[in-house]
Amino acid sequence: MSQPLLSVRDLHVTYRSEAGPVPAVRGVSFDLAPSETFGLAGESGCGKSTIAGALLKVLPPGTDVTGEVLLDGEDVLQMTPGRLRAVRWTEMSIVFQGALHALNPVQRVGNQIAEAIEVHRTAPDAGARVAELLEVVGLPARRASDYPHQLSGGQRQRILIALALACNPRILIADEPTTALDVMVQAQVLELLERLQRELALSMIFITHDLSTLSYVCRRTAVMYAGRIVEEGLADEVFARPKHPYTAALAAAFPLIGDHAHRMKPSGLGGDPPDPRDIPSGCPFHPRCPIALAECTSAEIELWPTGEGRNAACVRVLDEARR
Amino acid sequence: MSFRFVTRKVLAALATLAFVICFNFFLFRVVEGDPVANLFRGKNLTIEQRQELRREFGLDGSKGEQFVRYLEQTARLNLGRSYSTNRPVRSDIWERAWPTIALVGVSSLLSAVFGVLIGIVAAWHRRSKVDYGWTGFTMATYSMPDFWLGMLLLVTFAVTLGWFPVGGITDTSSDATGIAKLFDQAHHMFLPALTLTLAYLGEYALVMRSSLLDTMREDYLTLARAKGLRDVAVRNHHAVPNALLPVVTLVAINFGFVLSGAIAVEAIYSWPGLGLLSYQALRGPDLPMLQGLFLVFSAAVIFFNLVAELLYGYLDPRVRTQ
Amino acid sequence: MAASPRSIAWQRRRRALAQAWAQYRQHLPGMIGLVVLVAIVAMALLAPVISNPDELHVVNTVDNPRWATPSEFPLLGTDNYGRSVWAQFVWGARISLLVGLAATLVAVVIGSLVGIGAGFYRGVGSAILQRLTEWFLVIPFLPLAIVLASILGPSVENLIIVIGITSWPSTARLVRAQVLTLKERAYVERSRALGASNRHLMGRHIFPNVSPIILANLTLTVPIAILSETTLSFLGLGDPTRASWGKMLEESFKAGALSRGAWWYYLPPGLGIMAVVLAFTLIGTALEEILDPRLREQRR
Repeated sequence: MSQPLLSVRDLHVTYRSEAGPVPAVRGVSFDLAPSETFGLAGESGCGKSTIAGALLKVLPPGTDVTGEVLLDGEDVLQMTPGRLRAVRWTEMSIVFQGALHALNPVQRVGNQIAEAIEVHRTAPDAGARVAELLEVVGLPARRASDYPHQLSGGQRQRILIALALACNPRILIADEPTTALDVMVQAQVLELLERLQRELALSMIFITHDLSTLSYVCRRTAVMYAGRIVEEGLADEVFARPKHPYTAALAAAFPLIGDHAHRMKPSGLGGDPPDPRDIPSGCPFHPRCPIALAECTSAEIELWPTGEGRNAACVRVLDEARR
Repeated sequence: MSFRFVTRKVLAALATLAFVICFNFFLFRVVEGDPVANLFRGKNLTIEQRQELRREFGLDGSKGEQFVRYLEQTARLNLGRSYSTNRPVRSDIWERAWPTIALVGVSSLLSAVFGVLIGIVAAWHRRSKVDYGWTGFTMATYSMPDFWLGMLLLVTFAVTLGWFPVGGITDTSSDATGIAKLFDQAHHMFLPALTLTLAYLGEYALVMRSSLLDTMREDYLTLARAKGLRDVAVRNHHAVPNALLPVVTLVAINFGFVLSGAIAVEAIYSWPGLGLLSYQALRGPDLPMLQGLFLVFSAAVIFFNLVAELLYGYLDPRVRTQ
Repeated sequence: MAASPRSIAWQRRRRALAQAWAQYRQHLPGMIGLVVLVAIVAMALLAPVISNPDELHVVNTVDNPRWATPSEFPLLGTDNYGRSVWAQFVWGARISLLVGLAATLVAVVIGSLVGIGAGFYRGVGSAILQRLTEWFLVIPFLPLAIVLASILGPSVENLIIVIGITSWPSTARLVRAQVLTLKERAYVERSRALGASNRHLMGRHIFPNVSPIILANLTLTVPIAILSETTLSFLGLGDPTRASWGKMLEESFKAGALSRGAWWYYLPPGLGIMAVVLAFTLIGTALEEILDPRLREQRR
């Protein structure tokens, strides 16, 4: 693609804990073009939410972040504190998961949105802008004077979306935006996000473990496992014709409604994702992989190309290419 | 804050006060069968003298009659007559209340302010030398008997260095009035106030620290940082107001308790307040005085607990908008 | 022969205990507290060996120098009656520790019973217990203790009773809150559905899960009890025949040790109290962290 809007190169994030360093992200790279929707899929603990925090550099102090996060060519990780604070929210913003404590419980939601506007001075009249934003996300303007506990889960999620749009960012990072919601509300929020992305020509990174929602919103996607990307490509392609056994397992784990055969034979994957402090040698997926080969326990795994814009981190892909 | 909320809390407080009033009676009359015998242990009294004393102290008649008389008197704020001074208990308490209120008021304010500040600094720099240093300091002051700390301060600053007077509330030899008198009183109040402040700030620091540490884990702080706020703004506008809630109610509740907790400190400094009054009443024992003081102290705690509940209801929007 | 369920349960408990101890050993402040406490207890127990109890009584010390400094009269000089301060310190430790521990036991036993009763049962009885707890929480400790002590008379036993019955409400409140959360847990409901009696539920499910909280609360209540004993003794309500750290402070103050500069009389008891209180507080904090896995997470 021509100059990508966001380019993440070899991102490594290691948390510091009393029990030692915890490598949550181990060499992730991807590009994001203007107005593109990109999905990051994986189970809990694979490192995808950590990436959201890393892009805006809001991880806990002491966390080790290396690599490059190039926003229009400028590395976010090397920015001065002043430049970083200016870039936050105005270029990239995060839509957090709308659980109760994503918002300050003792402050009215309207004020929390207005705070972002006032800090960056992106609108002359913060109050008017807040009302405008609420309208965009489908909430009545009087909701601005409510406290977070007075709103339903769906309303809180809309407020978080409105907040994320407050300073007209070019990139929206949605971190599990529908996970805590009922299915009906999920559909409404997804619809809203999809519409906003279209109308405002936003670039969006959509982080989730829910593959069904991801395919609805995203054009391209990457699947993560144990801190690394194991497969990437067009979202429909990746889930319909997975090249990595983990992607296949993930896609198969979602039951198809109406498919009786599928219902009678649940196909979840045994075992758990590895502890980041104790990642298996070779391919980290080999202990759980149904088609593992002997070399998988020791081979150096990389993301190998397996088609136009398609990559997968599995040695079987190499065999295919050789044939 | 709804009217129902306030009325409910006030009624609960009144019910507790009623309990305390009854309990006060039984405590003195029923726990020890014959207070006169106990009071005048070791003194030889004739039967007539005993009966006379009983009548004087309202100890004649059945327990039921005594109880009713007690309730009537309490309703009229008649707390009896002191055994030692023979003045109405009410007057002594009224006179001595102000020095205690002043002392405890100033100390509570200072210990709350400094305790909160220390707690904020310790939590923000958690696990650093700053944190360990302040936490160690507050644990140390918290472990000391408050009056022992008073003794140390007295020895250092009054006896050895002579910067402050050794006791009392005013210089008895001078006859200064107005502002000069106020300064003199403040001068006398310095050491006792310092003692109480140091003794109580540990609790506030520890509570504020842990409250802030809990708050710092919350997502909305990450959100505030992501919005582009400076760290200081995140702390002061988001973290601290949330963390402050439990501390505010603690301050209000403590005020009620510290009023009666300053007895030993007042004894050390001869501060003429309710504490010293209690200490002197112990010598007798001056039972009516002790009974009156007990009631006053308990009423103060009940009152400030109510204040704390109403304050919390007002400050926490989650409670306010129910 | 297969192991009985009971022996399996005991094995598990022993292992859990060993694990808890291993965790405790890693907690530096907790270990410091433990060492200090053991040292002080040892000192108190060895009192007859390391000091001369005769030096405690005025009748025996008529020939001793008055207000002697530690260099003149080891180990801690003498007071205004010529009594050995060191003897008072070492024997006083016994009373302070004894009253602190015994009073705490009384308070925690009463508080736990009330708390479990109020939390577990419904209905009038539980409501009464709860009201009682709340009312007693309101009554300020010192005035109540003073009144009780002056009515009952000054003795070690009375002091234990007084401090014990004024301190149970906070334990009761804590225990009741814990019992309430436990009651809602699935395994209790399941047990009940299987027809378990209340006694069985309380003994097998509630009590073992409340005991860690009670234990942590106990170690944090002891410092409060010790400070209370100190204050009450200082105010003249302690046992006049027995030495205690609070009494040392009372007598040193009354005898004018402050103006005399007789630091050896008033400094050691205060430092001793500080050391014991700090030790128990550190131990209690370590226990809390070990027993509540949530708190342990936060240490990361």
